[in-house]
Amino acid sequence: MSASFSPVIAGSALGPNAPAPATPRNVPNRGGAMNPTVDAIRARFSGAVQRADVVWGETTIVVDRARVHDIILWLHDDPSQSYNYLSDVTAVEFRDLEQPLEVVWHLRSLPYRRFLRVKVLIEKGSSMDVPSVWDIYKAADWLERECYDMFGITFSGHPDLRRLLMWEQYKEGYPLRKDFPLRGRFSRSEQLRQALAANPEARYSKEELSIADAFEDLPVDMRRRLDTGERTGE
Amino acid sequence: MATTKRTVEVSLSTTGLDAHGKPQRVPLVVDESGQTVALEAPPSMEPDLNGEHMLINIGPQHPATHGVLRLVLELDGETVVRCIPHIGYLHCGFEKIGEYRQYNQIIPWTDREDYLNSPGNNVAFALGAERLFGIEITERCKVLRVMACEMSRIISHLVWLGTTCIDIGAFTPFLWAFQQREKIYEMLESWIGARLTTTLTRVGGMGADIPDDFVSKLSAFVNTFPKVVDEIDRVVTRNGIWVGRTVGLGVMSPEEATNFGLSGPMGRASGVAFDVRKDFPYLDYETYDFDVPVGTNGDVYDRFLVRMEELRQSTRILAQTIKRLPDGPVNVDDHRVILPPKSRATSDMESMIHHFKQVMEGPRPPIGEAYVAVESPKGEKGYYMVSDGSSKPVRWRIRPPSFVNLSAIPAMVEGHLLSDVIAINASIDIVMGEIDR
Repeated sequence: MSASFSPVIAGSALGPNAPAPATPRNVPNRGGAMNPTVDAIRARFSGAVQRADVVWGETTIVVDRARVHDIILWLHDDPSQSYNYLSDVTAVEFRDLEQPLEVVWHLRSLPYRRFLRVKVLIEKGSSMDVPSVWDIYKAADWLERECYDMFGITFSGHPDLRRLLMWEQYKEGYPLRKDFPLRGRFSRSEQLRQALAANPEARYSKEELSIADAFEDLPVDMRRRLDTGERTGE
Repeated sequence: MATTKRTVEVSLSTTGLDAHGKPQRVPLVVDESGQTVALEAPPSMEPDLNGEHMLINIGPQHPATHGVLRLVLELDGETVVRCIPHIGYLHCGFEKIGEYRQYNQIIPWTDREDYLNSPGNNVAFALGAERLFGIEITERCKVLRVMACEMSRIISHLVWLGTTCIDIGAFTPFLWAFQQREKIYEMLESWIGARLTTTLTRVGGMGADIPDDFVSKLSAFVNTFPKVVDEIDRVVTRNGIWVGRTVGLGVMSPEEATNFGLSGPMGRASGVAFDVRKDFPYLDYETYDFDVPVGTNGDVYDRFLVRMEELRQSTRILAQTIKRLPDGPVNVDDHRVILPPKSRATSDMESMIHHFKQVMEGPRPPIGEAYVAVESPKGEKGYYMVSDGSSKPVRWRIRPPSFVNLSAIPAMVEGHLLSDVIAINASIDIVMGEIDR
């Protein structure tokens, strides 16, 4: 074991007398013990917490969009909170289209064994811009890209916000939005036609080729196609 | 928590070796600042390539990428300078389909997502849905689900072990691992009828109770399996080639590992002692006696050691489930969520109404949301479900552990050799079905 090794032990900040974690039983739909972090956030960021409630034993806070980055940064850095682990970044759109779209962060504090759900509401018609937490958690890299890919939420501050699961030239919209039809926007035959007409070579983006200085070595016709920005499915 | 002991201390590096494989020695001097420095740098064996970089594309159809993963690598000689992963070739829109299905109808989709851990996914989804419905399952059901989880952990780790051995150049452990995996699949087949896509659970219970001879088969497996693990251990763990190809590769420090969101054996090999079963327990895991192995170096070799130990610990848990398996009903006695027996549905009016309502409309949870995470073989697997009171979820989100683990691959492979990319990629234990969903 090297001297610089400092293991991260979950529950280490709770002390030796902390009760052992146990399987939750008979969790009520609403109410129950609230995560103490909520009071700390309320004390530190006055007015930033719009709503806090406990649903099925999990604490959810809804915060202002402009301050969510500061709040998560503080949750990560403050030694009394130590939310050092980002479980998930995702979004929820409701069937009732009047309801705002929600961006959800699931945070864990491993030293304190706490779990917190942070939400930001995006009202219908307002901008889809939400601060990125990539500079706090590297785990947010792909999670935010996926959320952008599926919901069209733009995370400002993310260094490389490209589509992740869908291909980069995909132009049909954002698949997990409720206005996107389950079977896609095109008929089966049109999708098949597009797939057969696709040019697999174009799967190399120009950036990938030029970083490797391999661009010049490609056949002339492929270079020309890449230069004109020709891509699969167009 | 027990820590796995590092029994092998071998330092193998390719730079600084002479033609015979002996380390090149250079005289050391103390400079003005008191630092010990080499008098002259060891002569480089590699020709100067004048910074000419090469592009290598691995995948999406390559056996060593464990599915349809595509890695675009920029190489300087044989060293990886930059790695750009591409995923999405297997994207099927599971989460979208889930919004159009009743809760019990989603369970078959969870089989197909991480297909090496189908029973574990079924259990995880059922736990999430039960939280959303506010159901407390029976004691027998809990023990059966622990059995299913640990059996699927063993299956998944055995596939990982076999395929990683093949990637690195050993063939025999693959056959031994897959023989044992076959035994578990036979047991699952006798339990639920299916082998790979099990659909084992239902909201509020299980699809079937275990058959009569199941416990005796499981105890035979629990008794013989550790010997096979020991055999693989003896062949692989101290094998010079294995050690040389795994030690010191893809190192993640504990702080990096937490920041990158690595969970499961990946995080634990780096010294992050986080196991959902211990820290946020479910299914009464706190009452089982088992250890969580934690590595110290965070390299490929430690990930291997952690998974080997987890195979033994899972067997330990299985032995305890056999001892404590209680009698009693498997399903909850609530015909709003569990179908009444067929005989009653055809003879008793009330049961027929329940049957009809469940099949045609599906059970409806109250308005709410739940994120339930379990320890899958790959790491923290979470299902986040949001209900608006109808029989289909508004949002069904899968938190895929190997998706988050794979997102750290550029940080792990950059600076290593091309052949090490295969070993590092294998050590992540990816299932593309789960990553692309």
